[in-house]
Amino acid sequence: MGFKLSTLPDRQNIWPWLLLAPLAIYLALFFLVPLVEVGIMSVTEPPPGLANYERVLTGSLYRKVFLNTFGTALLVTVCCLLVGYPLAYLMSTVSKRAAMAILLLITMSFWTSFLVRTYAWMVLLGNNGPVIWLMQTLGIQDPPPLLFTRFSSTLAMVHILAPYMIMNIYTVMQKIDPSLIRSAESMGAYGRSLFRHVYLPLTAPGIANGSVLVFVICLGFYVTPVLLGSPREQMAAGLIGNQIEQFLAFGLGSAMAIVLLVVTLIILGLYHRRFGLDKLYG
Amino acid sequence: MSSYLQLSGVNKTFGNFTALGHIDLEIEKGEFVTFLGPSGSGKTTTLMVIAGFEDATRGEITVDGQSLSHLAPQERNIGIVFQNYALFPHKTAAENVYFPLQMRKVGKKAGLKKAEEMLELVGLSGFAHRLPKELSGGQQQRVALARALVFEPDLLLLDEPLGALDKNLREQMQIEIKRIQKRLGVTTIFVTHDQTEAMSMSDRIVVFSDGAIEQADAPLEIYHRPATRFVADFIGESNLLPATITDAGTRRATSPVLGDVTFGAEGCPQVSDGQTVDLLIRPEHLKLSRDPKEGRQNAQMQIETIVNYGDNAVVIGHASDQQIRVRVPGADVVILKEGDTCHFSWTEDAVFVLTE
Ligand SMILES: Nc1ncnc2c1ncn2[C@@H]1O[C@H](COP(=O)(O)OP(=O)(O)OP(=O)(O)O)[C@@H](O)[C@H]1O
Ligand SMILES: [Mg+2]
Repeated sequence: MGFKLSTLPDRQNIWPWLLLAPLAIYLALFFLVPLVEVGIMSVTEPPPGLANYERVLTGSLYRKVFLNTFGTALLVTVCCLLVGYPLAYLMSTVSKRAAMAILLLITMSFWTSFLVRTYAWMVLLGNNGPVIWLMQTLGIQDPPPLLFTRFSSTLAMVHILAPYMIMNIYTVMQKIDPSLIRSAESMGAYGRSLFRHVYLPLTAPGIANGSVLVFVICLGFYVTPVLLGSPREQMAAGLIGNQIEQFLAFGLGSAMAIVLLVVTLIILGLYHRRFGLDKLYG
Repeated sequence: MSSYLQLSGVNKTFGNFTALGHIDLEIEKGEFVTFLGPSGSGKTTTLMVIAGFEDATRGEITVDGQSLSHLAPQERNIGIVFQNYALFPHKTAAENVYFPLQMRKVGKKAGLKKAEEMLELVGLSGFAHRLPKELSGGQQQRVALARALVFEPDLLLLDEPLGALDKNLREQMQIEIKRIQKRLGVTTIFVTHDQTEAMSMSDRIVVFSDGAIEQADAPLEIYHRPATRFVADFIGESNLLPATITDAGTRRATSPVLGDVTFGAEGCPQVSDGQTVDLLIRPEHLKLSRDPKEGRQNAQMQIETIVNYGDNAVVIGHASDQQIRVRVPGADVVILKEGDTCHFSWTEDAVFVLTE
């Protein structure tokens, strides 16, 4: 039947690569080359050597920013989990049609540019926005500022990243064999122990996938924390931007970027050893 | 005294579809009962109603005189083995078997010990610490069985537990399940599609069709004295021949295919003159010969196909447009040729009458 690739021993490996070539070239040109450049800059600007790394790894400002970055990423991940798990569970229990409707709502917000969503939060939480107005109408005298705080940036990041969590957990929940639940019930498992001993362990891979994805994306988040967050609680990406845009400290910014990259790779590596990275794609 | 498990007038509808019409069934303590029937006949639905996963629309189920109606599945103390085993993939064999004990607040040490004893009983002593994915299909099956039995359930329900196994393993597990069931004396309902499995394992077979019970009897009873045409046709091979009773007193009937026939198998139902019935003759009760046989009732047929199984063969022929199946010893088959005309003969005690 037609043309069989596998019967052509010499060429069999060429075709897939040829098809991948445009993408590979694109990635090399616009991703790998700049990355290498950043790496080089981090050890050559201004003086050649590891001085930039020394500052990044020991300076108290940088340590504070990195700690803040990890703290925020962790907080966002936990919040996404708390929001996402029940929602994914709801989707897996309602009818197919209702699940599709929820999925559509989630993906609709997912497809909206996150810049747009970030500005939307600025409008909602701003001093003249509806939330503050509501608090005032309810009689709260001096409503606390919402915008440009840790609260606003966390809220917006949770909103932006929760779909990753939901999709990952929902995929796993959907695949759970209902006879596992029935069999657990027949053996005497009620709601809470059923959840603890059966349902939660069965959904753990989804939790792990979603969490790693959200955490890693959050580590490098730039626009949202910069626009919505408190300037005093900067995250790493924002500080890198500052270094480069305001102080033209290309070397220092590059060193920070590399450290962030290495940490991300370490997390992914650990995850890969435990679960296999291919699981991340569902 | 009423039976151990009793289903009275159980009815189950899904929307306006009736899955179970009106099920009456009594099962004694320690009995091994098989549900046999075509796909969609309501076997699984009946199990699910007993287990409490589906509520009966009408009717009542009692175990040992106690109504199950208001008990959740968790409270019914029923062990279930699902077709796909439903083992927890994240728990080892021993932890799986310990699970029902854990739910009953049995301590870890005592519970795991009991689980391992149970695994030993099903022949899996060395496998306690393996995860389900590290076990073969037959071994997973045994773990599922151990798990369903470890908490000493009042009832054991198995829904086509051997469906996924190959033939040899199937036969091995049939013997094994039967052995364990006998040893523990647990009242068991076993669902299967496979009639030889039902024949060889059961104390009683319940034949389902279209959400109703056609017959519930011992295997040989079902085979030799089927209650309905459906059962006669579904269980084993059969020749079903339409006939009219000519004289009920002397047990005579006339059939377009067989001519005048005397029927006389044990346990034939009551009939009256002029009643239209079906005569049942099993293929192994017919004999083939060139000439009519002295002392037997004879008719003629033309041979169409011979299916040889080695030690025996099935000869399929027709007599006045009616298909006739005859099972003959393998050695006899060499003298037969497709296209030949020959006589087939029977004795009156091989002829059973079906009125329904
Ligand atoms: N939840 C349900 N909703 C609607 N119809 C159902 C439901 N469960 C079962 N049925 C219907 O009830 C009938 C009996 O189903 P059941 O599963 O009991 O058959 P079965 O005898 O176990 O068949 P099989 O041998 O194929 O397993 C079928 O026609 C089935 O489609
Ligand atoms: Mg079934």
